[in-house]
Amino acid sequence: MYPKELRYSTEHEWVRLEGGRARVGITKFAADRLSDVVYVELPKVGSEVAFMQPFGVVESVKAVSDLYAPLSGKVVEINQALVEKPEVINTDPYGAAWMIIVEPRDLKELAQLLDAGAYMALVGERPS
Amino acid sequence: MSAPVRPPRPAAPPLARRPVPVIFERGAPGRVGYSLPQSDVPDVPLDAIIPAAQRRLRPAALPEVSELDVVRHYTALSHRNYSIDEGFYPLGSCTMKYNPKINEDVARQPGIARLHPYQPEELAQGALQLLWELEHDLAEISGMDRVTFQPAAGAHGEMTALLMIRRYFEDRGERRTTVVVPDSAHGTNPASAAIAGFQVIEVKSDRRGNIDLEALRAVLTPEVAALMLTNPNTLGLFEEQIREVARAVHNVGAQLYLDGANFNAILGITRPGDQGFDVMHFNLHKTFTTPHGGGGPGAGAVGVRAHLVPYLPVPTIERDGQRFVLDYDRPKSIGKVRAFYGNFGNLVRAYTYIRSMGAAGLREAAEMAVLNANYMLRRLRDHYDLPYDRVCKHEFVLSGRRQRDRHHVTTKDMAKRLLDYGFHSPTIYFPLIVEEAIMIEPTETESLQTLDAFIDAMTAIAQEAETNPEIVRSAPHETPVTRLDDVTAARKPILRWRP
Repeated sequence: MYPKELRYSTEHEWVRLEGGRARVGITKFAADRLSDVVYVELPKVGSEVAFMQPFGVVESVKAVSDLYAPLSGKVVEINQALVEKPEVINTDPYGAAWMIIVEPRDLKELAQLLDAGAYMALVGERPS
Repeated sequence: MSAPVRPPRPAAPPLARRPVPVIFERGAPGRVGYSLPQSDVPDVPLDAIIPAAQRRLRPAALPEVSELDVVRHYTALSHRNYSIDEGFYPLGSCTMKYNPKINEDVARQPGIARLHPYQPEELAQGALQLLWELEHDLAEISGMDRVTFQPAAGAHGEMTALLMIRRYFEDRGERRTTVVVPDSAHGTNPASAAIAGFQVIEVKSDRRGNIDLEALRAVLTPEVAALMLTNPNTLGLFEEQIREVARAVHNVGAQLYLDGANFNAILGITRPGDQGFDVMHFNLHKTFTTPHGGGGPGAGAVGVRAHLVPYLPVPTIERDGQRFVLDYDRPKSIGKVRAFYGNFGNLVRAYTYIRSMGAAGLREAAEMAVLNANYMLRRLRDHYDLPYDRVCKHEFVLSGRRQRDRHHVTTKDMAKRLLDYGFHSPTIYFPLIVEEAIMIEPTETESLQTLDAFIDAMTAIAQEAETNPEIVRSAPHETPVTRLDDVTAARKPILRWRP
């Protein structure tokens, strides 16, 4: 449910370091709580995102929620396929439903994120 | 082999449950609803008066129906409406209370209904007096100094107030960029702030459902123009630290804004002006019984303390001896935010309500609204989770978390099931800080029998979630259309009818 190699924000985003770049999405917990996602709005490639500031919007049949950037930096890639098929967020939150790839400005911010265990404690789930 | 027995024709469903075809499916080609006399002037060729490039290639695909077709179509649709005049409507945060019919009598008097907005002041003295008196009544009720009636509804009132706050700070030479809202706020608050050109900072609620005072203090800087607060808040809870909140906001020179959506809970008991609010909006269409809820138009009056009075929209209504005049000569005003003087007919209804209730009646309405809510809360709390366990004001928020986790029945399922029991559903999935939220506002106008019937339905549904969850998951069953596929509707919306 919460892969060990990821880091998690308290606003339910995950980040995966891939070389010098960081891939970002939202967690299974967030996807479940949102229920059926119907729309996702992502930033433009080349735009800047700031640590724990909104970078996009996700809308489900229940609610519209902001997406928060778990790292500051420049957006170098966005998942256009997800914009076309936002329902993937419900089925494959850590894979096909990645949202943006960021060139991080300050990797020290990672220290403020949670590891899988701490995130599971946050959302009230016991380690499996 | 005997001849097959022809099955009896199924009885048609009762009228109220038959689907209503769209109007394009009624009528027949060439049918019209008018009959005009022969034209007694010569025909002019269309080409002579409208250039070909501006003319459509094909005739517009208008419905071809008779007058009776039209009457039947819209009458059938009107029977599908659900309104407070038909049944209980416990839509939290919306104050769906009864709108007394005397309001209609008064608003429909020809001297009021047929007044023209361009009528000169001297021929509209009665209307101006009514507006002037309503303004001063609302000022007295709220502890504000002046009130504008221009905004057409609550969110428009928010925007009007924020534009006044902007102008106030510009006037003082201060640059303030930010508006603070709690995470329990109505979604219109951050939206209005953004439209008025501010950045928005969100502050968490504390464990008791109040705005978190420490978190608030941490974001209050000289950049902050205002805190937008709803009191009682959207959890139906009175902000217990409102004086400290006001002090903290004023210490950094910011303004304290009241979202007055929940004013019904405190009428005649406490006044926003005395709590430290600088500016507020009233939902006259909630608290003061003017019609609302898709039936519009609303009326979102805005009240201000003295220091914001110069920025009110023009015109204001002033009393000059025995005469009432419209004052446009207000150089610091933010200008007009709407044509003329607001939704006058609704202002007449609000005035009628205030004058027929009187001060004691308004207070009693608030007390009954709070009593009704607490009665329901006490009777429902064993069947649903109650995330913030306090004496509530006029509404309360339950959670369907237990039903979701144990029986895979969601709040949405239970809200749909309520339709089968003949009730309008409460507000659901709001406020956002409560999972599976169910927000119930009974209002003061419901009888004990109605409250009990609704409580019984909610209790029965909680039972069904345990014993027969499928009937809840697939609800509603008794409505003209049953469960709609809202996911597909949102992902692949069909926005127009095609033959």
